[in-house]
Amino acid sequence: MREWLRWPVLRQLLGSDPLGRGQAARSAATDREHARTEDADAVVGSVCPYCAVGCAQRVFVRDGAVTQIEGDPDSPVSRGRLCPKGSASRSLVTSPDRQRRVAYRRPYGTEWEELDLDTAVDMIADRVIRTRDETWQETDSDGTRLRRTMGIASLGGATLDNEENYLMKKLYTALGAIQIENQARI
Amino acid sequence: MSPDASSEHPLFGLERSMRTGAHGRAEPEEVTGGVNRLSGPLADPSSEAGYPASHPERVGFFTDTSVCIGCKACEVACKEWNLLDEDGLDLTGMSYDNTIDLGATTWRHVAFVEQRIDPSTRSRVDLGMPGVGAPQESTEGADGAGATEVRWLMSSDVCKHCTHAACLDVCPTGALIRTEHGTVVVQDEVCNGCGYCVPACPYGVIDIHPRNGGAFKCTLCQDRLGSGLAPACATACPTESIQYGPLDQLRQRAEQRLDQLHEQGITEARLYGHDPTDGVGGDGAFFLLLDEPEVYGLPPDPVVTTRDLPAMAAYALAAATTAAVTIASCFLGGRR
Amino acid sequence: MAEAHPVGFQWVMEAKRRGAKIIHVDPRFTRTSAMADTFVPLRAGSDIAFLGGLINHVLRGGHHFHEYVVNYTNAATIVDESFADTEDLDGVFSGFTGDAYDPASWSYQGSRVNPAAGERDQWNDVLGASEHDRAAAAGGSTPRAEPETDPSLTHPRCVFQILKRHFARYTPELVEQLCGIERWRFHEVAEALVANSGRQRTTAFAYAVGWTHHTVGVQYIRAASILQLLLGNIGRPGGGILALRGHASIQGSTDIPTLFDLLPGYIPMPSAHPDLSLDDFVATNAADKGYWANMRDYVVSLLKAWWGEYATAENDFRFDHLPRLTGDHGSFRTVIDQIEGRVRGYFVIGENPAVGTANAHQQRMGLANLDWLVVRDLNMIETATFWKDGPEVDDGETSPTEIGTEVFFLPAAAHTEKDGTFTNTQRMLQWHHKAVEPADDQRSDLWFFYHLGLRIKSKLAARRLERDADQRERDRPVLELTWDYPTEGAIEEPSADAVLREINGTDANGRALSSYTLLRSDGSTRSGCWIYCGVYAEEVNRAARREPGQRQSWVAPGWGWAWPANRRILYNRAAADPAGRPWSERKAHVWWDERQQRWTGHDVPDFEATKPPDYEPAAEARGPEALRGTDPFVMQGDGLGWLYAPAGLRDGPLPTHYEPQESPLSNTLHTTQRNPARQLYHRPENRYQPSGAEPGAEVFPYVFTTFRLTEHHTAGGMSRWLPHLAELAPAMFFEVSPELAAERALRHLGWATVITARGAIEGRVLVTQRIRPLRSNGRTLHQIGIPWHWGPNGLTTGDAANELLGVALDPTVHIMETKAGTCDIRPGRRPRGPELNRLVATYRARAGITEHTGGDAPTPDGEKRDDGTPDSGTTTAEGGGDES
Repeated sequence: MREWLRWPVLRQLLGSDPLGRGQAARSAATDREHARTEDADAVVGSVCPYCAVGCAQRVFVRDGAVTQIEGDPDSPVSRGRLCPKGSASRSLVTSPDRQRRVAYRRPYGTEWEELDLDTAVDMIADRVIRTRDETWQETDSDGTRLRRTMGIASLGGATLDNEENYLMKKLYTALGAIQIENQARI
Repeated sequence: MSPDASSEHPLFGLERSMRTGAHGRAEPEEVTGGVNRLSGPLADPSSEAGYPASHPERVGFFTDTSVCIGCKACEVACKEWNLLDEDGLDLTGMSYDNTIDLGATTWRHVAFVEQRIDPSTRSRVDLGMPGVGAPQESTEGADGAGATEVRWLMSSDVCKHCTHAACLDVCPTGALIRTEHGTVVVQDEVCNGCGYCVPACPYGVIDIHPRNGGAFKCTLCQDRLGSGLAPACATACPTESIQYGPLDQLRQRAEQRLDQLHEQGITEARLYGHDPTDGVGGDGAFFLLLDEPEVYGLPPDPVVTTRDLPAMAAYALAAATTAAVTIASCFLGGRR
Repeated sequence: MAEAHPVGFQWVMEAKRRGAKIIHVDPRFTRTSAMADTFVPLRAGSDIAFLGGLINHVLRGGHHFHEYVVNYTNAATIVDESFADTEDLDGVFSGFTGDAYDPASWSYQGSRVNPAAGERDQWNDVLGASEHDRAAAAGGSTPRAEPETDPSLTHPRCVFQILKRHFARYTPELVEQLCGIERWRFHEVAEALVANSGRQRTTAFAYAVGWTHHTVGVQYIRAASILQLLLGNIGRPGGGILALRGHASIQGSTDIPTLFDLLPGYIPMPSAHPDLSLDDFVATNAADKGYWANMRDYVVSLLKAWWGEYATAENDFRFDHLPRLTGDHGSFRTVIDQIEGRVRGYFVIGENPAVGTANAHQQRMGLANLDWLVVRDLNMIETATFWKDGPEVDDGETSPTEIGTEVFFLPAAAHTEKDGTFTNTQRMLQWHHKAVEPADDQRSDLWFFYHLGLRIKSKLAARRLERDADQRERDRPVLELTWDYPTEGAIEEPSADAVLREINGTDANGRALSSYTLLRSDGSTRSGCWIYCGVYAEEVNRAARREPGQRQSWVAPGWGWAWPANRRILYNRAAADPAGRPWSERKAHVWWDERQQRWTGHDVPDFEATKPPDYEPAAEARGPEALRGTDPFVMQGDGLGWLYAPAGLRDGPLPTHYEPQESPLSNTLHTTQRNPARQLYHRPENRYQPSGAEPGAEVFPYVFTTFRLTEHHTAGGMSRWLPHLAELAPAMFFEVSPELAAERALRHLGWATVITARGAIEGRVLVTQRIRPLRSNGRTLHQIGIPWHWGPNGLTTGDAANELLGVALDPTVHIMETKAGTCDIRPGRRPRGPELNRLVATYRARAGITEHTGGDAPTPDGEKRDDGTPDSGTTTAEGGGDES
């Protein structure tokens, strides 16, 4: 169609919408409208990260970024529905307020400092080894085996994956750290 | 009774019929002409707006407030899909409603109404109007006489997508249009922010965006409809309070639900906005309410504000002609 | 449920649509109440009286499901004659030693039975006596000791008669007095329960932390269990007691526990005992009958999964690599150890104790006294910033230059940025796929712990020559730990799939196992969590299955995978009658197929597939084989549902009404005011308030209960930072009745300050008719609702409810009481700076609070566990906790 034929006034005068309230007034942008989920490179099966109902989600991805998260209608648990928190999951994962860099605060420091991730992991590993050595309990006063450190504790797990909890429990137990807790008790 | 029976589950059957946008095609309609264009019953507003007879069926929302749990998933799902801004972190004191009303960045709004009712008659013992004042103390005696129960009404409001949409009628730029689905949308790139539509809306729905200056409101997820998806709010709604589908089907379903509630003794249940003979020609988004519309902040008897426009235009034309004739006659007289 | 689990609530609405009656019991009228047919407001902290009233109604009226009760519960079992009830001893059970119970007298006559959960370490009972006992306990072919029973249920010491006597005083009048529930309303509930239970119908209970966050929390659940067992509502479709859990994988984090007292699959962590061997451990923790009798299979398979080739029969499969417990090492004990300098390093992973844990001030004191702290989260939560802008810094109590804690904040990957499974509240594992790569330093916790482990292993290996013999011995469990997961991508993300496969377990040939029944104690099998064995059956990740619900039966076995063995309803043998027939056609679920000679049905039968209903075990039989064809509760040591718990609990075999730790009322049921075995920490930062008739109780005249909103999540770490959620609930508030508002001159939307002995917080006032004063024990009682989502950081900010709460714990699971406390409320904002502490101190002084207040004894001897003295043992599998 030649461009001038799209002029609204012509369409109004010549078409079926003489008052220009529908077809004649439609813009090209309106004609082009479609769900952005159609443009997704991938649709990935997921599960809502908030409560334990376990609503299934579909995550729409384009150019390496999450563009939309919706309920998965196939789920026998949730039938595609989401609550306000589940509906806000796209904001949760794409939030500009999310932290992207390691932040380090030295003892008695007054401000955060930058720290390289690899260095941070290395420093934490050193602290685990040092604290473990300093607080090791091989036995109690009667000689009964304890084989543990009471100097290292951990809190958290209810928001994590089973695989993550598993590695945590496995590593901590091997290190002899026993004060391992999560929200299930709180 | 085998454990892996693969027969289709009835719940999912229900689900699908309620939620997916499998649009049939509307029967060809005769374009209604003349004065009826701005008020009165109108079977097919899309045809009237110039769409060919093969256009999709008119769709809309039936919001059944009797099963609304006030979770506000609709508000969030709408904002997430349409990428709308947060519009204020104010505690309003209007029960759990902190959104206040529909606006340029809030296209779904859940109203919360706390009432005291007499459990025997299910009638209000106070007005229960939305407001900012503190509720009154109850008057129950120590012996339980005059005992009242609390009722908490919740209702998700939205643009009504009127059959006769005044916002559209008054729009001077053609930014507001009727779509092929029978809904009413603002075309952002066309809107110049003149704001004529704002006072025209009998429900106070459409609003000017405080920062970018354009008019905005619910589009019934025009982009999703085009892709065969249901609107975001209806997709998220956990309890099927917001039902999306062809308007005719929704109206039937609403009548059935109303009968059911009446049979259960919930005689206060009523439909709102479903009637094609009302002042806006019926709403594309209508409701089942459990109290007077005013209680939910809805106008009791909305009328398309442009209903009298043809008559007014005729009067205006007559007046202008009279004035012109008078003025002309003055000049003519002067020549004498 | 509509508030905190709206999408789950769709099924309640579905049931309502089909004619189910919905009853909501809550101190507050909530969104759930709005949808209920009947709303039952009750005084916070009085639920055992309410449930006890229902139990009494059932027993007194003979409304129990007799055939179910006689065959499937321990109603007929006779209890040892040394048992004495709270009704005999004015509120304590036999065996009370002043601050704790010796449960010996609670046991069955003639038989010890090991509990499936809870306090399971029966060292003294089993191994304390002699070498001979020790040998006997280790196994052999001696006949099992069976408890005496009386199927007529008339023996005065049978459980059924004990129950009847125990609950006889829980009348509708008592319920009215204690709970503030009118008699007509109570009767409506009682009659609905009875009418909707039996062969044709079932009733389900759903609960959340409103039941668990009490000093008698486990007994709340026990009370519901008794009621549901009496009515025949366990193991049947539409029945059960359903924990509505609040975090995506809080169920998973108890199954594969980041909990001090458990190993994966509810195997207890070993406690310290002299010369404890693997056999000793199994003998003292496993049951004789049922699937817990196979505990050795599960433990050895776990040890093999962790220490691989280093774990051999000769070295007890490295059982000695496991550290030993010496009492309660829960997070409240831990925070005290932080304050006292014993705990120096702390990992906080996706949790926010600085505002999210009871007595938040105490938590921050602990954080401020660490050497180092690692916080991993999506957002910059209060636990990471306490040193900079915590309330104590704002109020001038301390400053960053006085806090020596070294803090590492590491940004976490979101659920869309990693593979893995969540276990939902129905025990169902669901896999979520990675959709995008995490940005910058954002990493999964899997990545962090895997690489931290690698780093520690390599550093210890590198320093091997520098380390002395003791140190080298200490390093062995780390160096021998299996830790070889394949990694993917540029960031070397470990494969969650490989970890799940290890959790599932493998056979001697390294192939994925399909069932926990294949696990062996000879070292030939490995499994990281025996109850998850089968999730990777036939080398298929079954958690990732997404067969559309539309194409499945209502049980939907093809979506995800539920432990154990993909069973969707536990103990579902009880869905059939003793002869194996469905109790009714409309409630058919699992049944015995006579022709095929096996159990079948809509679900995977939770029973040995070919054991006929008339099976009777031989006298020497052990384990599952020792259970009769009519014993549905296959994890229980006697195969029965426990109306009475002869072991496992620390505060008695039956639920009894006690007042909360802090209550405006005196206990009128007996003179024992509170759970005598509850766990207290009398400390300067954790003072308790007087209760009932104690002088000073009137200073804190109002009851408060904490709650959740639909619009926010837990302590707000995943909601306060999101604009679309923050705007929906944009400020901290208190819900009060119009009557209380009038009494305390509180203005709607104005500010108010709530004060307890621990702290004072401010919030806006929401005057609402949804909160109503109750009449309880002849007085008007006002309750205040306090949401707990807020803190100083994020888009919507406010004071944290946890500043108000003291730490008083349920003794069995160490969960704190947050759902019933006392406070004062007054109009206006709280003071700033030192004035804030002065205000709280004034209240403490006015109430005459000392370090002994809130204990049971008037002397310092009443203090309990304040000195870090270890107590013994373990905790239950169920917890339900998700809040505060």
